[in-house]
Amino acid sequence: MDMEWMAWTTPTAVFFLCIALMLAGMTVWEVVSPTVEAKGFLPMRTTRGDRLFIGLLGSAFIHLGWLAATDLSLWGAFAVSLVWIALVIRFG
Amino acid sequence: MDKVQDNRAWFLIIPVFLIVAFSAVVPLMTVVNYSVQEIFGPGQTFFVGTEWFEAVLKDDRLHDALVRQIIYSLAVLLIEIPLGILIALGMPGGRSAKTSLTLVLLALPLLIPFNVVGTIWQIFGRGDIGLLGATFRAIGIDYNYTNNSAHAWITVLVMDVWHWTSLVALLCYAGLQSIPPAFYQAAKIDGASKWAVFRYIQLPKMRGVLIIAVLLRFMDSFMIYTEPFVLTGGGPGNSTTFLSQYLTQMAVGQFDIGKAAAFSIVYFLIVLLFSFIFYTIITRTGEGEKK
Amino acid sequence: MSKAAVLAPGSLAAPANVRRSTARVSNRTIVLVCYIVFLMLPIYWMVNMSFKTNEEILSGLTLYPHNPTLRNYAVIFTDPSWYSGYINSIYYVTLNTVISLTVALPAAYAFSRYRFIGDKHVFFWLLTNKMAPPAVFLLPFFQLYQTVGLFDTHIAVALAHCLFNVPLAVWILEGFMSGVPREIDEMAYIDGYSFPRFFGTVFLPMIRAGVGVTAFFCFMFSWVELLLARTLTSVDAKPIAATMTRTVSASGMDWGLLAAAGVLTILPGALVIWFVRNYIAKGFALGRV
Repeated sequence: MDMEWMAWTTPTAVFFLCIALMLAGMTVWEVVSPTVEAKGFLPMRTTRGDRLFIGLLGSAFIHLGWLAATDLSLWGAFAVSLVWIALVIRFG
Repeated sequence: MDKVQDNRAWFLIIPVFLIVAFSAVVPLMTVVNYSVQEIFGPGQTFFVGTEWFEAVLKDDRLHDALVRQIIYSLAVLLIEIPLGILIALGMPGGRSAKTSLTLVLLALPLLIPFNVVGTIWQIFGRGDIGLLGATFRAIGIDYNYTNNSAHAWITVLVMDVWHWTSLVALLCYAGLQSIPPAFYQAAKIDGASKWAVFRYIQLPKMRGVLIIAVLLRFMDSFMIYTEPFVLTGGGPGNSTTFLSQYLTQMAVGQFDIGKAAAFSIVYFLIVLLFSFIFYTIITRTGEGEKK
Repeated sequence: MSKAAVLAPGSLAAPANVRRSTARVSNRTIVLVCYIVFLMLPIYWMVNMSFKTNEEILSGLTLYPHNPTLRNYAVIFTDPSWYSGYINSIYYVTLNTVISLTVALPAAYAFSRYRFIGDKHVFFWLLTNKMAPPAVFLLPFFQLYQTVGLFDTHIAVALAHCLFNVPLAVWILEGFMSGVPREIDEMAYIDGYSFPRFFGTVFLPMIRAGVGVTAFFCFMFSWVELLLARTLTSVDAKPIAATMTRTVSASGMDWGLLAAAGVLTILPGALVIWFVRNYIAKGFALGRV
């Protein structure tokens, strides 16, 4: 089967691999110690999975905003996103 | 209802999971791949990093299309939601032939293929052969949706109202049906005014369905494509070129697939954000009612 | 009507009030009637035009066909490139409805009865598939179906439409299933029913209405969708809606024929809607389509 049209690149492959690993990791973590809904600084009660999703969605917008507003290296946005994800997962 | 914790339930989900993933995952991954490359043809691609995203975010024509899109979606919501509520309030109750007929007639526009909706309005609006166009001409308005921007824009909006207000009305009607008659009797005994009945009985009961209606109408109008494409082709000028049209021009017309892909992802993220917020509100409202 | 009477605040009081209140009630009815007229006018105009000859259409405005003709319909029913479009559409829509229901029924049962790892996230993920902007996704769709050798087949369109119909079906069915008390399941298991037997002979008959409504919505969304259907077909499975756009642009606006084809695309929906008319409103609310 010829799947060349998918036009894979190393960065996107790494990106999707990370997502897949994250999902797998979350599943294992869930089996080992099931999550409890908790209320943090976010306006609703969330589980660990919810917070990860919010963290990822938020970092997507941090990257976009960084691109639109600055000419600095995107690694800056990446660093900000990591902090944001950590904050949401821990305190969200 | 208390649900039982049982991970074997996944076996019941697998068929759905596979069938949706087949159509969803591969195209999504491909679009992400495209968005970081310059595509000249099959096998001829060059990695460009995030350049397309930067180009998209700093594209002035795109900003114009986005502003047009937001104004249009707001106009759709401001007309269709109140009108839908009003229609739902006028619907006959009970299981009579009249109710059935009203429901069927209201639902009819929802069952017409999108491009046929465009065709219907094309036929209806033309000055020479259409009832609407001819009526406007007869009373002295020089109506022409093919070369007057304002007329084109309004026609697309009216077409959307025609096509989708029924959805809002049917949702609200379903919400109203869930009000027990005892509520109305109590209100009558208290001598509540019609406005009070609406404000304190009917509106709260419609809250859930109204959130859904707002969400759906926002999403669909935000992604409107086929109907204006058939009716006006995005013109005259750019007056009815909404985001989807612009996107298609980019992908098909100019073959800027990388840029169009980057644009799609931004677009998708915006829609995803709104959906997540609305979805959270909807499910939380449901929980509130149960408690 | 009874609701309207209950709603009228003055209906217990003096006759004068009664008259005023019925007048006020009818205000809402007037809005409804006006709206329905507004809905029907463009449709009427198309039906009207479909019975006219092109000479009559172009020679001036007539509110009803003065020389009614069935020529436009005759063209459609005798020309295979036209009527095969209808057969194709009906074929893949039916196929899609069957597939969607078959896979959605067990999944909806799982969502309505069990908690399991990732349940809410899978549910949300299913729904997000309704939200992807189609224009760019069409290209990989085309490539994917070509690669697996399904391009220009009915099953391809049916499968592609599952993308938005399956999540919808799961959502509506879940709503109906949650209305059936758990005790029924437990009783059946105690009586020694196996899951498939219980599901087929006890549970399904109880949610008949839900299955009907779901089938209706799958039919409807598959029927009105055009972009995917057009992208995934070329000749053998070309849907009627796509046939319309092509023929019209090629033959220099045959208005009568276009109108007739349009009328015929509305008919199946109008027929199907009649069967589920009493459940439509409920289905809309549960399905949150």
